[in-house]
Amino acid sequence: MLVEKVKGALRLAAANGSALALGLSPGMTLADARARAPDIRVEPHRPEADTALLRRVLLDFGRFTPMAATDGPDGLALDVTGCAHLFGGEEGLIRAVGARAEGVGLATRLALAGTPEAARALARFGPGGIYQGEDQSQALRRLPVAALEVSDKEIQALSRAGLKTLAHLADRPTAPIAARFGAAAATRLNRVLGREDVRIRPERPVPLISVDRVLVEPITETPDIEAVIGDLLVEAMDRLDLRGQGGRAFQAGFFRLDGEVRHITVRTGRPSRDAAAVLRLFRERLANLARPLEPGFGFDQMRLSVTVADRLASRQRGFEAAPSTAEDLGRLIDRLTARLGPEAVSRFEPIESHWPERAVRLIPAAHPPAAHSLGEIVAWPEPDPADPPLRPLQIFDPPQPVLATAEVPDHPPNRFIWRRVDHRLVRVEGPERLAPEWWRRVQAPLEPTRDYYRVEDQEGRRFWLFRSGFYGEEPAPRWFLHGVFA
Amino acid sequence: MRSDRKIEALRQHLKTLEAAGHPVDDARFDLGLEAADRHLGGLATHGLHEVYAATTPDATAALGFALGLVRRTAGDRPVVWGVQAMAELETGRIYGAGLRELGLDPGRLVLVRVKETKELLAAGEEALAGGAVGAVLLTAWGESKVLSLTATRRLSMAAGQGRATALLTRLAAQPQPSAAETRWRIRGALSRALEAEAPGHPTYAVELLRHRLGAQPRSWIMEWDRERGVFEQGGQNAGHEQPQRPALSGGLVSPAADRSAEARGEGLRRYG
Repeated sequence: MLVEKVKGALRLAAANGSALALGLSPGMTLADARARAPDIRVEPHRPEADTALLRRVLLDFGRFTPMAATDGPDGLALDVTGCAHLFGGEEGLIRAVGARAEGVGLATRLALAGTPEAARALARFGPGGIYQGEDQSQALRRLPVAALEVSDKEIQALSRAGLKTLAHLADRPTAPIAARFGAAAATRLNRVLGREDVRIRPERPVPLISVDRVLVEPITETPDIEAVIGDLLVEAMDRLDLRGQGGRAFQAGFFRLDGEVRHITVRTGRPSRDAAAVLRLFRERLANLARPLEPGFGFDQMRLSVTVADRLASRQRGFEAAPSTAEDLGRLIDRLTARLGPEAVSRFEPIESHWPERAVRLIPAAHPPAAHSLGEIVAWPEPDPADPPLRPLQIFDPPQPVLATAEVPDHPPNRFIWRRVDHRLVRVEGPERLAPEWWRRVQAPLEPTRDYYRVEDQEGRRFWLFRSGFYGEEPAPRWFLHGVFA
Repeated sequence: MRSDRKIEALRQHLKTLEAAGHPVDDARFDLGLEAADRHLGGLATHGLHEVYAATTPDATAALGFALGLVRRTAGDRPVVWGVQAMAELETGRIYGAGLRELGLDPGRLVLVRVKETKELLAAGEEALAGGAVGAVLLTAWGESKVLSLTATRRLSMAAGQGRATALLTRLAAQPQPSAAETRWRIRGALSRALEAEAPGHPTYAVELLRHRLGAQPRSWIMEWDRERGVFEQGGQNAGHEQPQRPALSGGLVSPAADRSAEARGEGLRRYG
């Protein structure tokens, strides 16, 4: 028995079967309930715990269908269209769902019908069971008008009018019902009777393609798991082929015997229908998971979903020439990304900016370049053939402060000290004056202008130094080492 | 007669043993600098080459030289560059614009950043063996037990399998035995000054430490020509027949006179 405080009084929020048998019912005050049955066990009602439990059950019930959603605070709706055969028909499915719920200590009433609303009404206000066709409408007609789940006032009005069951309403034209009892009642009636079909809104986005394998014997070993993923991938790829698509994101769902569900996603840089390549990605991911996949007593069901797909022309197999380098590189990038993470595998992209820190950026290599660049694609600036490299191969971020001296202020430096080493400069070129991009920063204080020098020390090492700020100004100018030339 | 046959059989066996981890074919690439190419007889395209930075401040020079080799061998094919985080922390981050300035296409380069040497090797092997790239450049930081004879042999085999060139640049490390085809030590060298004493083109003091096919250790001053993509005779005396080495600091001596370097070379040969 669970109690909650409603308007200052402790009232029953929920009661179990034996409590209901004693004539107690939700909504009653605790004092009344105690008067009727003194030795009841009372616990505070914690709706958030209920919600959490329901969510976990929902996640686990994802094993029956990907289209699962919560239905109110105490119900689940599963769209099992096309899923029942996996469990030996609808009866098998209902049995499996019931057994699963009982396994975690839940009392359930299950109904399976043509539309979600009909099934809900049959489960909540009827005896439950499997209904279809004529059986379904007969069963629905026997339900009390409360099954419409409209407000109490309207239910009372309906009863007063002598309309006790849905059968009384079903045979009447809808318009007068709407006129007298409100549009809501009419809509609800149509929905409950299955005249109108409203699909459920699943919790997680429905994958484009989803293939399942229910395992008779739970598996724990990695090779077995990989073998199942491999099989599922082949199946999924065939379906992608039919749609003329290639997958960009593949999600493997692992349903553990004890109800834990784990989803692992791998992505590919370009649409793929290559089961072997995607399996390799999964292998990489599984081997490098931060939180390893704990099989516990084993997985009894696995699912493979394609969550993102793009157009990829269907191809005749076996007649392909050797795969092009671009495709191979894409696969390599995918494999490296799966192992090291998207940030670790990157490529350079030029940006139209003269400010050294901004002129180049690194983007994850797994992203196709076109989808990532904003607007026009900027080309790398073409160096003048006569010039030596004017930008260093390596730069320090942030620039490293150094002690530099020049013969005369405002002249090029003739030596600098960095990491306690004195570099005497024998060649100097500069300055190249770069002003900060004032139009980018409105709020932050602007960085001083930089005067860049290309310098070479007596050991034959080439550096990129800059002086930040001007002599005779406040703050005094400072020297930095920004990069090293090859 | 019998003993002759036995020796012949052993020779054959030895050959198969030696073949393991060494280039599968005779494909070669060169530097473009005739004097060096004649001495080297080309570098194995599908093998491993090691480039050591003589000192930590020479790191960028070593990378520049290795990138020159990458450009020579990979041409327009994609390149994977694996870098250990410490290397970038100590010697500066790889700068895309600077790659362009050395004549490489940054758009064709995939940069892979890793923390551990082990990861670096794994990523390198993967990239090499896949056959999608022309060259894989790996940059390792510091001395490491992981970069063993076995590990470098694996790299070498992966290079053969994927028909790509493997280049291992090692910063802050002393040369050690490995399965590499060639081993180089690089330091920066004074460039030929441009107008108004401006620093010139990338110039390196290049020292061949080991060549598996027996070329003797030697050193050159090389200048990188970005426009033509070749190494050239470099240094202040470029153009003269016999380059002097006034630009080099004391550490580098002509290998013939350097007994200790020679001795080390002998030791390495025995391992390799």
